[in-house]
Amino acid sequence: MKQMQRRQFLGTGVTAAAVAAVAGTGLLRAGNAFADNVAGWPAKAFDAKVLDAAMTDSIGKTSVPVSPKVSLKAPTIAENGGAVPVTIEVDSPMTADDYIATVWLFVDHNPTPLASQFNFTPACGKAYIQERIKMAKTDNVRVIAKTNKGELMASAPREVKVTIGGCGG
Amino acid sequence: MAAALGNPMIRMPGSAKKGEIVEVRSLIMNPMTTGLSKDKKTGKLIPAHFIQTVTITFNDKPLLDIDWSTAVSANPYLAFKMRAEESGTVKMTWKDNSNGTWSADSKITVS
Amino acid sequence: MKKWIVSIAAVALAGSSAVANAVNWWDLGNTKVGPEQTLQQFHEYFKQQFPNMPLEKYALGGYAFSPQLYAQYQEAMQFNPGDLTLSEGKKLWDSKFKNGKTYASCYPNAGKGVAAHYPIFDNKTRSVVTIGMSLNACRKANGEAPLPYGSQDMIALQTYLGSLSTGMPVDVQVKGPGAVKAFEEGKAYFFMKRGQLNFSCASCHVAYAGKYLRDQIISPVVGQSAHFPTYRAAWSAVNTLQKRMEGCDKKVGAQPEQLESVDYRNLEYFMSYLSNGIKMNVPGYRP
Repeated sequence: MKQMQRRQFLGTGVTAAAVAAVAGTGLLRAGNAFADNVAGWPAKAFDAKVLDAAMTDSIGKTSVPVSPKVSLKAPTIAENGGAVPVTIEVDSPMTADDYIATVWLFVDHNPTPLASQFNFTPACGKAYIQERIKMAKTDNVRVIAKTNKGELMASAPREVKVTIGGCGG
Repeated sequence: MAAALGNPMIRMPGSAKKGEIVEVRSLIMNPMTTGLSKDKKTGKLIPAHFIQTVTITFNDKPLLDIDWSTAVSANPYLAFKMRAEESGTVKMTWKDNSNGTWSADSKITVS
Repeated sequence: MKKWIVSIAAVALAGSSAVANAVNWWDLGNTKVGPEQTLQQFHEYFKQQFPNMPLEKYALGGYAFSPQLYAQYQEAMQFNPGDLTLSEGKKLWDSKFKNGKTYASCYPNAGKGVAAHYPIFDNKTRSVVTIGMSLNACRKANGEAPLPYGSQDMIALQTYLGSLSTGMPVDVQVKGPGAVKAFEEGKAYFFMKRGQLNFSCASCHVAYAGKYLRDQIISPVVGQSAHFPTYRAAWSAVNTLQKRMEGCDKKVGAQPEQLESVDYRNLEYFMSYLSNGIKMNVPGYRP
């Protein structure tokens, strides 16, 4: 909740003048250390290059117990590694005193393993997300959820096979 | 061709019964480039250009807040759920790492 | 021993007569057969390859051959990213020209059901006219400059006009000597080997239809045109059938043609006729 309030109150952050100044110096470069990062966006966690660092920077732990409450659906073989559909659902009553506060989605060996972070409110009714992600190669995707009371639980890792080199281009 | 940007779309039921869980689907145009691939002609890295945050409210109250990485696919799709408690407006705001901001909203009648 | 030889010979003869009745994929390239018989032969060929596949399922392309991939298609179609381009196309379609008219005024039925009949053969200019060309003709007739083929606006308009035929069967007409000639030229292009790989369109989309070529299932030519313009995950964008032709030409190491070249238009004419009877679904979605 705290994180959400922070973003909802902050503006876009950097002024146009500041952006122009940085652009002129050639400091704007590829990568997440952009002067234009949206205020409140967890740049450090998204910049981590290995799974352990991404987990430490986001949830503070490198190991979380697996729970059947955390479900993650993804295809066995992706038809296109650039658009892999994933469906996340965490079993929870989603009431004011018992709800899933945050869910993190990781792709183990992506250049930056933390793929997305979702901050829920009880009004969501279900801790459910569907999105499409990029996977660099055959890899595991995994999800970690945190309840409003701070309890952490993980999905079993799900392997998605990604092939490269079709004739279709 | 310049990157296609914006034009957000929301699809959700226009009405629901109180307490019902509805699914909201959305799409927005954005290249979601990772910053890791090179322009074939110039050989230079194409800078990362991607949506970083999606802020969702219902009747102006926070509903769902999302942070995205470059690992989200181009023209990002998002589906989430909402418990229909009262009539009102779902508003979504997408922000990218180049000071781009886009918003869309959708109304629901709850009986 | 004699009994053996006789029975083997009998089996061999029986086998070869079955083969004699089968349509060989290279024979489909006979350019003297005319459109109706061509379509019949293609349908026969594919019926032999896939006896249990109804005609309408060809609209799914490669997805018709893999339930696992088809499930991913269905997930994507919950909200096709191509709809983003479709909505851009609708905005352009609805906006007025300088003279106050709109695109709808150029087409029968305000455009509804029109794309299902395209391309058409124009006897006056003795050439194939595609949806893209008709849009620029509409612009010209209303005092507007043409849109470049392959530009975002043109693709968006082609997508919107195509969508006004979604659910309707493709119904392309090939009547008269000029039209038949263009059709046969399109067929000849389809069967012509080219490029470093020395492939023709038929090498993959007839001979390998429904089979894996490297890691992809190849779609049969029957049904292909019905979902164009389509979103392709590989493009992260919507584009046209001719853009795909350009891509395939490049992939086999051949020099591609310009969009809306005579060859590409003839090829589109041929390919669209081959999808007659199959319902259109624009914009489509493909890997």
